[in-house]
Amino acid sequence: MNESADCPAASRAAAQHSIFKGDIMLECINLSFGVEAEGQQKEIVRDVSFTLPDEKLAVITGPNGGGKSTLARLIAGIEKPSEGRIIFNGEDITELSVTERAKKGIAFAFQQPVRFKGIQVMDLIRLAAGGNLSVSGACDYLSAVGLCARDYINREVNSSLSGGELKRIEIATVLARGSVLSVFDEPEAGIDLWSFQNLIEVFESMRKNISGSSILIISHQERILNIADEIIVIKDGRLAAKGSREEILPALSGTASVVRECRKNGVIPGEEVSTEGSAKTGGDAEC
Amino acid sequence: MLKLDEIGKRLLSEVADLHRVPEGAYNIRSNGESAGRASTENIEIIPREDGAGLVIRIKSGTKNESVHIPVVMTKSGLKELVYNDFYIGEDADVTIVAGCGIDNCGPKDSEHDGIHRFYVGKGARVRYVEKHYGSGDGSGKRILNPGTEVYMEENSFAEMEMVQIKGVDDTNRTTKAELKAGAKLVVRERLMTHESQNALSTYVVNLNGEGASADVVSRSVARDNSYQKFDAKLVGNAACSGHTECDSIIMERGRILAVPGLEANDVDAALVHEAAIGKIAGDQIIKLMTLGLTEQEAEEQIINGFLK
Repeated sequence: MNESADCPAASRAAAQHSIFKGDIMLECINLSFGVEAEGQQKEIVRDVSFTLPDEKLAVITGPNGGGKSTLARLIAGIEKPSEGRIIFNGEDITELSVTERAKKGIAFAFQQPVRFKGIQVMDLIRLAAGGNLSVSGACDYLSAVGLCARDYINREVNSSLSGGELKRIEIATVLARGSVLSVFDEPEAGIDLWSFQNLIEVFESMRKNISGSSILIISHQERILNIADEIIVIKDGRLAAKGSREEILPALSGTASVVRECRKNGVIPGEEVSTEGSAKTGGDAEC
Repeated sequence: MLKLDEIGKRLLSEVADLHRVPEGAYNIRSNGESAGRASTENIEIIPREDGAGLVIRIKSGTKNESVHIPVVMTKSGLKELVYNDFYIGEDADVTIVAGCGIDNCGPKDSEHDGIHRFYVGKGARVRYVEKHYGSGDGSGKRILNPGTEVYMEENSFAEMEMVQIKGVDDTNRTTKAELKAGAKLVVRERLMTHESQNALSTYVVNLNGEGASADVVSRSVARDNSYQKFDAKLVGNAACSGHTECDSIIMERGRILAVPGLEANDVDAALVHEAAIGKIAGDQIIKLMTLGLTEQEAEEQIINGFLK
């Protein structure tokens, strides 16, 4: 961080980066994040700035290993940026903990959902909803993600659940949060084709009922990109492109050629395309 | 009416969820004496002549009845050894609720050593629930050394739930079982130790008949400076199947030793042991924090679920 930006200054700085019109839900300003690996500093996110307006669904896409998931974790507070600020609804939340951000209205769906021995699906959804929730209320969230509620409500969130089941329960916990900003880290990862169709419907329905909230999805999937209002392309930790779906999507022609297209359009420098550049459209997990 | 003081009543509700005289057969032992006893037509509770324990006879074919035999101790310095023998008739289906609560406000150690022997008849089903609890801020220790012996006839079934969550300073638990053909034993042990508590739990299960099976699962949490040892041995002497599992969370400076023991003396014996010890996974805490819980609340939820 070059300067200790208080809120107004940060907002002004954000305004310069803002490409979207309307009121702003989330602003990431010059975010950087690095880790030390084998004695060397490795930059995973480099100087990324973007904004997410109110009542919009934005998708962050780009090649595997490009820093997308890290960016999502920075927003949720799981990782702390080495530089930069995060502004949520006009408030600087950079120094806030995961819990404090959750209480302010940020929900986060893990790419690899966590398993808990002994904790039942009902317990988890009730915790997500903040305590008071009837069984039928919890069932509504499960039904929304395509799970037969009766079969799952008393199941333990442990290794007896398949990856796809776990993923849908994870998404149900985010729905139960009823948050202002919902962040999904690769919701399609580990989900079979049948479930994927259902998942798209979940996001379409969330998009329809977006009033008063915003959604941020990390995804490689064209069908998720297709329902985005805004698309942000991250490559090698840097912002490679951002804009409306109409502006960005045609150039992507399927996520396989994200990098090639971005380079052709001069959005990123014309360096050699790494093997990571050929991002698959499949839903395999990012390391 | 029960001859119990307020502390005794509180202990009773902790170990047996009892707030008044239970239905069915019962014996409530308070500070070494019976505070109330009742038999039923099918279940007879007979005190031993020396006063140290009970003989409980359950008639063959008795269905859906229960026996409560909780023990409470509120006097500091009391030490007792009690033998309770259960004879469960053929094809009976019963629930037995035991448990011991010790409140020790004094400087002397209080100790209850209960030896429970179960003779489970052919085709009988028994569900046994045992809770142990300690309270009181005296310097005297609260000590519980339960010994359980289970003798299972053909095609009988026993499910044993043994819980010790709070306040017992020192425990040395031994469980021994002998299973005939087709008998099935399920054990669920849950244990949490605090401060400088010590808990030892030793199992020896002999699977002697064809088709006998045993599933012994212990979930435990060792906090502060406490120490636990889980030593489970399955012996397969016939075409049988057995599984033991020790799943433990350690916190602060807690220590746990898990000792796997499998002995197969028959080529068709299939025995499995699993053990895992570790601290709470960081991503479990983070997940619950993203749901708005503090780190401490997240830990509590994880442990509550784990020991549920």
